[in-house]
Amino acid sequence: MSATNLHLFVLVVPLLSAFAVNLLGRSSKQWIAPLVLGSLAFSVIGSLVTLARVVEHGTLRYTVGNWQPPFGIELVVDPLSALMMVLISVVAFLASFSSLKSVEQELPGREPFFFTLYLILIAGLFGLVLTGDAFNLYVLLEITSITTYGLIAMGRGRAALSSFNYIIMGSIGACFYLLGIGYIYILTGTLNMADIARILPTLNAPVATATAIAFVLVGLWIKMAFFPLHSWLPNAYSQAPTGAGTMVAPLMTKVTVYLMVRVILTMYTPALVFTHEWITNGAVWAAALAIVCGSVLALGQKDLRRMLTYIIIAEVGYMVGGIFLANANGLTGSILHIVNDALMTLCLFLVVAAIIYRQGTVSLVSLQGIFHRMPFTMAAFTLGAFAMIGVPPTCGFFSKWYLILGGIDGGHWEFVIALVFSSLVNAVLFFRVIELAFFGSLADGQHHEHTPSERHEAPWWMLKPLVLTAALLIVIGLSTGPLVNNVIRLMIPIGF
Amino acid sequence: MELIIDEIVAKYNYWIYVVLMMIGFYAMIGKRNLVKKLLGMNIFQTSIILFFVSTGVKKGGGIPIVDKYQALAGGVDAATIVNPLPHVLMLTAIVVGVSVTGVALAVLQRIYKEYGTLEEDEILEKTQR
Repeated sequence: MSATNLHLFVLVVPLLSAFAVNLLGRSSKQWIAPLVLGSLAFSVIGSLVTLARVVEHGTLRYTVGNWQPPFGIELVVDPLSALMMVLISVVAFLASFSSLKSVEQELPGREPFFFTLYLILIAGLFGLVLTGDAFNLYVLLEITSITTYGLIAMGRGRAALSSFNYIIMGSIGACFYLLGIGYIYILTGTLNMADIARILPTLNAPVATATAIAFVLVGLWIKMAFFPLHSWLPNAYSQAPTGAGTMVAPLMTKVTVYLMVRVILTMYTPALVFTHEWITNGAVWAAALAIVCGSVLALGQKDLRRMLTYIIIAEVGYMVGGIFLANANGLTGSILHIVNDALMTLCLFLVVAAIIYRQGTVSLVSLQGIFHRMPFTMAAFTLGAFAMIGVPPTCGFFSKWYLILGGIDGGHWEFVIALVFSSLVNAVLFFRVIELAFFGSLADGQHHEHTPSERHEAPWWMLKPLVLTAALLIVIGLSTGPLVNNVIRLMIPIGF
Repeated sequence: MELIIDEIVAKYNYWIYVVLMMIGFYAMIGKRNLVKKLLGMNIFQTSIILFFVSTGVKKGGGIPIVDKYQALAGGVDAATIVNPLPHVLMLTAIVVGVSVTGVALAVLQRIYKEYGTLEEDEILEKTQR
């Protein structure tokens, strides 16, 4: 293994171990945990090394099969994709501990199939952030989507129906993206992103270019559940097996937001996208609407996991809005928020997984007095909630700060108001849960038979990654400065 | 009127794919039967595949199989062969489409086992109860 191709092995190792899990896991379940954890641990180390190398030496390129670009497919690792690689590997690694435990409980006997899909999904996500080819991106987008459909359909009850709705919506999104790429290909005759960026501004075809951009953006918006196109997400994510939710919910939408950043920055060049004022203004307004509606819909939920899915929709609004503010602060805030939101969502979904493991449900009623039963889990939940609300020094505060600064710079007051409103709603939402969890059994006065009050903490396999994630929320928050200056600033295009 | 007809005749392949796409889109959004939705999705994907393939066509273009040594020595006259790249891309897109359809059919089977029907209205009625 040559060290120069390390980023390729980060992708390949989970992919190959997916097949090993399928083959060996069928004969003996003992193989599954070491294979999954081993390959993901390798990915974590590999992507950290890659990030360090990219920050030091600049962008790495790898030509698959030695076909030179623009004809061959190119893997490009720039600071942003290296950052995403680290994020994906860390989130997947932490989530897999909890998944191993909850899949054992929820899907006995089907672990090899679950973890085969799980690892292929992770490999697909790595591929998405690595690829430098627009059509390759479509194929990888579908690989991640198909595995997600399968993972969600493994859930109980209405999961299959939700998965089917997701298949229909996801396919529309992917087809729109493909159609947009078709326009680009007709216009430029190339599929390499860097090559498209070189050729596209030299063409004098504003209508065709704008159509192509619109198709690609709408396709990605469907995939990331941007507000009016979000209908598939709450059902799909809240009915998926708990083990799938802990990984899919933090990563899928965030990686799709990354793809939008990638498409805007690397493929279309910001100059081409952001010159159309009606596109940027419209997108920021839609994002503000997404934030407000996502938050309000979250208020109406009676189940913690469903509530979190609506918060995800609001958070997608944060990131899309930040990008279309089209200034340095907004873009920094968005990219930072991709990282932070993935970790916050991971933290909260790990809590959900731990509670479901112990009591089988996370309806708000059942959370009464849970603080006394699972103190560590709920302490981590409180930290995650603070991060979602945006209390310093948790990481959520810093990305929100950048986004608000960006909104003020761009003169988009509706976005600033939506952000502040959503923080307030998040505070209401989470303090309601925390109050219920801490004082619920006392204030209510009624004693539930099924909620014994002695301590019954989640197993270590779920607790350790959870505590680590909660600690990461503060560590990332405190190291925002170096993260922004050394990694994210490198990605902000000149002239912003 | 003449102009519109000319426009349609000159780009008839694109008009066909637009019509196909709208049929697929309508079936996906408007139909209440889940299998019909799936069929709509297939029509939608097929229209895009046809669109891509039609972009590679050239008037008088031949099959893009050339003799290696001849091509290395004298180069290839691009006007005499159709563009093979869209076809190759669409091979991949067809594979993707087939996989999605396969997964969707498997999911439909589970839905049928669970509810005994594939009509969306009836399923919703059963879940509400």
